Amino acid sequence: MIPFNFQYSKPQTIQEAVRQFYEYNRENKKAFYFSGGTELITLGRLNLVYADAVIDLKGIHEYSSIFFYENYLVIGGGATLTAIEEANVFPLLGKTASEIADRTSRNKITIGGNICGQIFYREAILPLLISDCLLGISEAGGIVYQPIHKIFNKQIHLKEGEFIFSILIDKMYVTMPFVSIKRRKQWDVGYPLVTVAAIKKENLIRMAVSGVCPFPFRSLEMEKALNEKGLPVEERVETALRSMPGPVLSDVEGSAEYRLFVLKNTMIDAIGELEGERGV
Amino acid sequence: MKEVSNNPLCSFLLVVNSEENVVTVRPADTLLYALRIHLGLTGSKPGCLNGDCGACTVLVDGTPMKSCLMLAVEGEEKAITTIEGLKNTPIQKAFVKHFAFQCGYCTPGFIMNCHALVHTEKDADETVIKDWLESNICRCTGYKEIREAVISVLHKLKKNE
Ligand SMILES: Cc1cc2nc3c(=O)[nH]c(=O)nc-3n(C[C@H](O)[C@H](O)[C@H](O)COP(=O)(O)OP(=O)(O)OC[C@H]3O[C@@H](n4cnc5c(N)ncnc54)[C@H](O)[C@@H]3O)c2cc1C
Ligand code: FES
Ligand code: FES
Repeated sequence: MIPFNFQYSKPQTIQEAVRQFYEYNRENKKAFYFSGGTELITLGRLNLVYADAVIDLKGIHEYSSIFFYENYLVIGGGATLTAIEEANVFPLLGKTASEIADRTSRNKITIGGNICGQIFYREAILPLLISDCLLGISEAGGIVYQPIHKIFNKQIHLKEGEFIFSILIDKMYVTMPFVSIKRRKQWDVGYPLVTVAAIKKENLIRMAVSGVCPFPFRSLEMEKALNEKGLPVEERVETALRSMPGPVLSDVEGSAEYRLFVLKNTMIDAIGELEGERGV
Repeated sequence: MKEVSNNPLCSFLLVVNSEENVVTVRPADTLLYALRIHLGLTGSKPGCLNGDCGACTVLVDGTPMKSCLMLAVEGEEKAITTIEGLKNTPIQKAFVKHFAFQCGYCTPGFIMNCHALVHTEKDADETVIKDWLESNICRCTGYKEIREAVISVLHKLKKNE
């Protein structure tokens, strides 16, 4: 049972949602944007998340839609991971999303919640980082579009009252060669030891990683090393691993040494798949 | 739109197994809690209460949902089906025929998930079946029999097409 009470509302427009958020703020109430809501429910039960007021975003028109518009694939922040997988419009994202949690939970977890959540794996962000997506951010004045790299640094940084209404991915990325590999400590469901998502764009590999540091990341320095085509793959990967952007996790899932070992092999496998036997 | 009010309780219509119920709950109550405590539908089981075990699975507009991961208020304007709403369905019969339960605690959740599976994924192959069944945990480890029950219904439904 969630050990605190909150008010619940389900606005139908962005403006209404943002207005309610500020209203609660003025009353010194902690408002919570609720998308799939699984984090509020599971962490709330453990007193790790608190809210005085819950603003359910799922009533907002097009918040859960997936469609193509001009040059972009548009995915609403409220699209569930199952909906993204089934729409099959961006296979890299579909594959990465399909490995998160389990099928029934994915019917509830949304992409907005996954990439903004406290639970730091945020695996659905990996394809977004390597496809340089735009985020449609809702604020009092409407929607503002920002490159993900401007807002993402270890986690999504939004101003108070803002939320992600949509994600725009340039169409050219949806058909690029890709690989998405999730390695767990055991079983086929659960949090990752290492998750790697990669694409090949104009013969260069882009790669993003979750599960290794306490945040998901894409590192241009690592990519530079991975794309030193003149060198053997193992050497490229070893050089890349010297530029880890943060401390490597060491916990019950795996020690830092083991994680690095698994990451190294996963990266080699990913490059092998993208470059083929001949390494081109 | 649901009114924003300071009242910690809210009332709304919850349609469960085609019956309309006005429920009065805390907005913070989960659907699982409302079903069991307010409506007395105790077929949906509390297990982990954390989205991990699937014992609480119900159908929301035909889609399996873990009722411990959903607020009761989110169920407004949706059609909810619990294990009490299934009677003599092919999957229930197949569970009996294939001995797909032992202690039975996980069974309602499994049946709800499997019922949705055989109706939405008529051509389900091994990969799809595995993907769906991984949402539920059986501590008695009756997975093989559960899988066989699902496959038998899929075959039967195919034959009847
Ligand atoms: C059973 C289970 C298994 C899981 N397994 C995995 C896994 O394998 N890999 C993994 O990466 N994660 C996993 N998770 C974590 C899950 O992906 C995150 O908890 C995610 O936040 C849930 O999404 P939601 O839509 O339910 O989020 P919510 O609870 O709605 O929101 C989570 C947070 O994001 C904020 N938020 C939500 N939507 C937006 C938005 N549009 N704009 C701005 N902020 C927003 C909320 O205010 C809140 O702070 C698992 C969770 C469960 C319950
Ligand atoms: S009780 Fe809901 S998933 Fe375990
Ligand atoms: S039959 Fe006992 S938990 Fe599944």
